[in-house]
Amino acid sequence: MPAAVAFLAVAISRPGSAAPPQRIVSIIPAVTEMIFAMGEGARVAGVSSFDAFPPEVSRLPRVGALLDPDVERMLSLKPDLVVLYATQSELKQRLDRASIPYYSYEHRALADITSTVRAVGARIGSPGRAEQLAAGIERAIAAVRTSVAQRPRPRTLLVFEREGSSLRNIYATGGYGFLHDMVEAACGDDVFSDIKRQSVQATTELILSRRPDVIVELRYGDNVKVADIPREMQAWNALASIPAVKNHRVHVLVGDEYVVPGPRVADAIKRLANAIHPEAR
Amino acid sequence: MKPMLATKTRNHEEESISSMRPIRTRLAITVASFGAVLAATLLLAPVVGSTHVSIRGAFDRTIPFADNLDAQIFFIARLPRVVAAALVGGSLAAAGVVFQALLRNPLASPDTLGVSSGAALGAMAAITFHLDVPLLGLPAVPLSSVIGSLGALGVVYALATARRRGLSTTVLLLAGVTMTAFLTALILFTQYLADFADTFRTVRWLMGTLDVGGYAPIVAVLPMLVVALGLFASLPRALDLISFGEQAAASRGVNVVRAERMALVSASLATGAAVAIGGPIGFIGIIVPHLVRLLVGSDHRLVLPASILFGAAFLIACDVVARTVFAPLEVPVGVITALIGGPFFLWLLVRSSR
Repeated sequence: MPAAVAFLAVAISRPGSAAPPQRIVSIIPAVTEMIFAMGEGARVAGVSSFDAFPPEVSRLPRVGALLDPDVERMLSLKPDLVVLYATQSELKQRLDRASIPYYSYEHRALADITSTVRAVGARIGSPGRAEQLAAGIERAIAAVRTSVAQRPRPRTLLVFEREGSSLRNIYATGGYGFLHDMVEAACGDDVFSDIKRQSVQATTELILSRRPDVIVELRYGDNVKVADIPREMQAWNALASIPAVKNHRVHVLVGDEYVVPGPRVADAIKRLANAIHPEAR
Repeated sequence: MKPMLATKTRNHEEESISSMRPIRTRLAITVASFGAVLAATLLLAPVVGSTHVSIRGAFDRTIPFADNLDAQIFFIARLPRVVAAALVGGSLAAAGVVFQALLRNPLASPDTLGVSSGAALGAMAAITFHLDVPLLGLPAVPLSSVIGSLGALGVVYALATARRRGLSTTVLLLAGVTMTAFLTALILFTQYLADFADTFRTVRWLMGTLDVGGYAPIVAVLPMLVVALGLFASLPRALDLISFGEQAAASRGVNVVRAERMALVSASLATGAAVAIGGPIGFIGIIVPHLVRLLVGSDHRLVLPASILFGAAFLIACDVVARTVFAPLEVPVGVITALIGGPFFLWLLVRSSR
């Protein structure tokens, strides 16, 4: 009899069992935010080195990130679910060996944010709260769409990377992925819609030839110095023939919510729409 | 690690024939022909690009510059790129010539001596740690790039000259290889310390790019290039003699130590300036000097100016390929030069070990 009880206990704690996880380690900031936004933050036991939101994560242990997951530290937290990125196959193998279940996440389109919320909710045993959160995000995005839907769609360049005070190493969103979808949701016409990639390295020639009406530049991470931004933005003035520069429609948006495809995305789209359509504010 | 004996004996014969013409005539012919190649690329490169530009429109004075798209693409996007390619290509090729003569080794170049890596580490540290403050009127990135290249070469030079006066070629090259490995580790460590956005930026920077987006990055390094060029101009005779051996040079009245230091400083300045503009674009310092020597012989009075002109033309051409082959996207120019340079370097290895 004791042997049978022991077997049963093992069977229950096996990966993929129905019991909702209680110690979740998430190295995907977007998913961490989702879990907290569902009100299940108390179950998060560890986060990545890049997690910064909500503020509660600052108290949690850090276990590396996409390129440098610290497996030892991860295991020491005794997780019963690890949220990782789809391409982390080595980490997956090591977790398999330790019989720790994982949830595999991947950045994709805007619509995938709410489907991820629902999938994560189902996985951690909170489908109801997840549905509530996802529906709320979808309603908020729809509201932004409606508020600007009747406006003309200016040709928009969304830059998420640029070297200091120069026009070098500019990266912009291409015609695929959640940043592109955010531009379209904010009623902007992405100038690189035809380039079906998540990111485009935009040379000055390419930007000049696409003639954007609006340029929105995103700033995020720990090293943003707000005081330096006005000086750094002057670099765009060299491209005076671009309508966005000529008409003073070059904007900066600061915050991690623009690049973390999590629950704050609706808010991010709203502010993006305000930048693209200041008259609609 | 064999000295350039094979090339030298052959060139000796060539020289005995061609030296019937005075050096001034040969210099004029060399500069004129390589200059013509450079002029042709300088004229053609700005016309080619990922978008169509009307050249007539670009020079149309009736349209204000701020409204003239053709002019903006031509003068802001393309011309600075071509100029940057010319300066970077010329500088790296010259540095290659100087290093090869100095070390009497065909495989010496800014890449193999760790000078490029030193420059790259300097520039990357400036980017990663956000050293945006200009020092002595020079922007931080080119300055720390030059400091990095001088520092790397200083260490290599100190190692090679530690025991005796004069340079030990083998030690210098081995030290260069070791320095490159060591500096690469530091570059990776710097990247590791950087936050995600900076990591991305530095990875891209290490591939090399010439899309300078204006003249400011070029103007910033111009003083260093002028100094380097001035020093280069004084070098050819000493280099010719040093490449036959230090004692031979000393017996002909060359102050070997002084000439070597001048050569090292000027080549490091040129490398640092080039890396500051375009990132570590590899193999130029190997490919160009060797092609030029095949064409004009080994007299440094000809090799040095010809390499500067041809290096400039070569990198302009590589950059045209980089920006047109997958247009509107572009291939990092460092990838193009490495694709050509890698096999060339191997060929050279096989050839010089025969």
